[in-house]
Amino acid sequence: MIMEARAVTKVFGATHALKGVDFAVEAGRVTALFGENGAGKSTLMKILAGIEQPTTGELELDGEPVTFASPRAAADRGVVIIHQELSLFPNLSVADNVFMARERVRHGMVDDRAQRQTATALLTRLEEPIDPRTDVSELRLGQQQIVEIARALAQDARVLIMDEPTSALSAAEVEVLFRIIRELTADGVAIVYISHHLEEALEIADHVVVLRDGGLVAEAEAADVDLAWIVEHMVGRSQDELFPEEHVESGGELLRVSELSVPDPRNPGRLSVDGVSLSVRAGEIVGLYGLMGAGRTELLEALAGRLKAVSGEVEIDGELIEGPVAARIARGLTLVPEDRQRDGLVQSMSVGANLSLAGLRRFIRGPLVSAQRERAAVAATMRDVTVKAAGPDAPITSLSGGNQQKVVLGKALLTQPRVLLLDEPTRGIDVGAKADIFGLTTELAGRGVAVLFATSELEEALHVPDRLLVMAKGKVVREVRRGVASREEIMVASEGGER
Amino acid sequence: MTVAPPMSVADAPSQGAGRRLKAFNLVLELRAFIALIVIIVVFGLMSDAYLTWDNLVTMTKHVAINAILAIGMLMVILTGGIDLSVGSIVGLAGIVAGVLLEGLTIGGSVLYLPVWGVILCALAVGTGVGAVNGALVTRFNVAPFIATLGTLYMARGVALLISGGETYPNLGGSPALGNTGFDVLGTGKLAGIPVSIWLMVAFGIAAVFLTRRTPFGRWVYALGGNARAAELSGVPVRRVTMRVYMISGLCAAMAGLIIASELTSAAPQAGETFELNAIAAVVIGGASLSGGRGAVRGALIGAFVIGFLADGLVILGVSTFWQIVIKGAVIVLAVILDQSQQKIQRRGAAIAAAAATERPAAARA
Repeated sequence: MIMEARAVTKVFGATHALKGVDFAVEAGRVTALFGENGAGKSTLMKILAGIEQPTTGELELDGEPVTFASPRAAADRGVVIIHQELSLFPNLSVADNVFMARERVRHGMVDDRAQRQTATALLTRLEEPIDPRTDVSELRLGQQQIVEIARALAQDARVLIMDEPTSALSAAEVEVLFRIIRELTADGVAIVYISHHLEEALEIADHVVVLRDGGLVAEAEAADVDLAWIVEHMVGRSQDELFPEEHVESGGELLRVSELSVPDPRNPGRLSVDGVSLSVRAGEIVGLYGLMGAGRTELLEALAGRLKAVSGEVEIDGELIEGPVAARIARGLTLVPEDRQRDGLVQSMSVGANLSLAGLRRFIRGPLVSAQRERAAVAATMRDVTVKAAGPDAPITSLSGGNQQKVVLGKALLTQPRVLLLDEPTRGIDVGAKADIFGLTTELAGRGVAVLFATSELEEALHVPDRLLVMAKGKVVREVRRGVASREEIMVASEGGER
Repeated sequence: MTVAPPMSVADAPSQGAGRRLKAFNLVLELRAFIALIVIIVVFGLMSDAYLTWDNLVTMTKHVAINAILAIGMLMVILTGGIDLSVGSIVGLAGIVAGVLLEGLTIGGSVLYLPVWGVILCALAVGTGVGAVNGALVTRFNVAPFIATLGTLYMARGVALLISGGETYPNLGGSPALGNTGFDVLGTGKLAGIPVSIWLMVAFGIAAVFLTRRTPFGRWVYALGGNARAAELSGVPVRRVTMRVYMISGLCAAMAGLIIASELTSAAPQAGETFELNAIAAVVIGGASLSGGRGAVRGALIGAFVIGFLADGLVILGVSTFWQIVIKGAVIVLAVILDQSQQKIQRRGAAIAAAAATERPAAARA
């Protein structure tokens, strides 16, 4: 046993990211950590690596209690993390990145030659012959991830935490990584491995641990368990309870999108959405499944008016929909954005003010907002979407993730949409809130709203929509009705032939 | 209706600490107001001249100018912007009034506008400079700090160009031309109270309504709190941004007119560094420079704190140099208190949440 976390609790505002977790890693073994989005995996790893401090509970290293005030303090004791989000400096060279904040110094100056030599050696070991003088911004995403791994290797870790290290790697690159992991464990390094690719994680793991809603719910030797066991404990309830029953769609075509193309906001030379056509009928839930970068979010943001399309048309009920977000909301088209912290909520405002923000025009009397009408509508919506809050005046930051997401959904509903765009509405929320949100979605469809529902969770894609569109590289590559296609077929389609 | 958070046995031990935290929080929340009362009491005890009706009116008259500027500044700061050009607009508005009251020569004949026309023109010029700020920020994506720094120089330069660097000495107008009465703004009284104080009250009430009751006000807060979320909620981001700078320009022009009227003369240098006083008032009043947080009431109290402190120090005969040091210290102290209040609020939320934590049992295979 090298490192142990005991009864670790972490609270963010009113969110309990971790509820008293005991977790141990052993020398020379790979511990794979499983859990859905929001289960607390990343938070636990950030606590081990000194990025976050536990609210209660303690850490032990080699049997001694430790507290890491910073990631630097953890790294000095040999606990190193490879981040889920890339944390590189795009404006600096590969070598500079590998040695950031622990530069090789000679005579008071950075020893560039030594750094380059070591970096080259590390990259050779990773079978990625990148010139260490290259700026990181010139590397493709997978290469950047490899630089991130090289940076961790340069620190001679005893506990190495890999949080989604393969999300941008090719199959061959994953093989190389696995070879290196085996070399490291042979040297006695303890590895913690987190990945959304369950099969991949199970393949490399010696020991598996499952988190759900901030608690440790199951652990076992990898040899004793299979994928089904993992999924069962991750989800924590049978799918019949989580997902809504199939509903009968009705009504004619409400939303029609023809040949819509949207340039990549970060790289205008490329198309994020490439000639997509689709239609959604009144009362129908259409799913959009795709991997990261497939163009789901860009498609929905273009429909909502946040991104500009270069070509194509959007119609609701035969009327052309154009112009900025406000104009589209007025015509009955509303988006529930993917990232509720960044795009969904105004953190400095109350629950009530957030709820009424998009539909404020409905409460205007003369030049003023009618407080009475607003209060009534806010109270009704809080009831409808079952928000648990102290009241409409409670600060939005006092709510848990699931309740915040319900507020974002409620805000969209207050605009009385005819077409509702949901972008990953269940990301990072607990299972109960997920079931509530699926239930609401089905109920809305029952009232004749056309719902376009984007997700990267395969189970959701299979069980929630009436009809599923699979996107890859900006195009709709497959269309299947609910209950017809298998997981494998959809995965293969979403990968568009690669990996 | 809404569901109250469940209370459990685990809450009990933290209740005492929670209540103390709450009381402390209230003190911090009212800190600007408490500071103002402390200032009034302390100076009142130290000088007999301080707490007299006449002196209070005089001090409030001084405050009015900064308060009106602070109202405009608050609107901009609430959206997450900043307006450095207000001091220059103060000078420019005075000069515009000066030019128009002395008579505008157009093709050989001299045009005299009535006083209300002069005031409207000056206000329009201030609003126009605000519109330039707004356009720079929304259309040309210039950072507010830089955009308004540019107009700070430009507006001041234009004021100097128009006046040739000279002061317009006689804004009293002449009875023969029917343009007397400009001095009412700065020296007139209504019901025994100076007109400039009434103007501050009127601007204050209008601003409270604007920020608290209109959709525009809500949008201002949303924009400063999270611009992306505001845009996706259909808030007309550009229009709102444009308007806050125009309102700030309008407020600055009003302040400039009051100053020119008070002195019945307009100097192109009037209002230098006034933008900093306005920012200080807004910050002392509890607004966050990153936007989304703050209130008209706070900005007004902030203006009173600065004004009453400064005048009190003058009455006590404290040296000008010390006055500057003390003013700076008060601003820094205000921000430190603001930070600790936010920290306490966050800690209170974390304590409440941790108390409600339950620990699920683990399954083992």
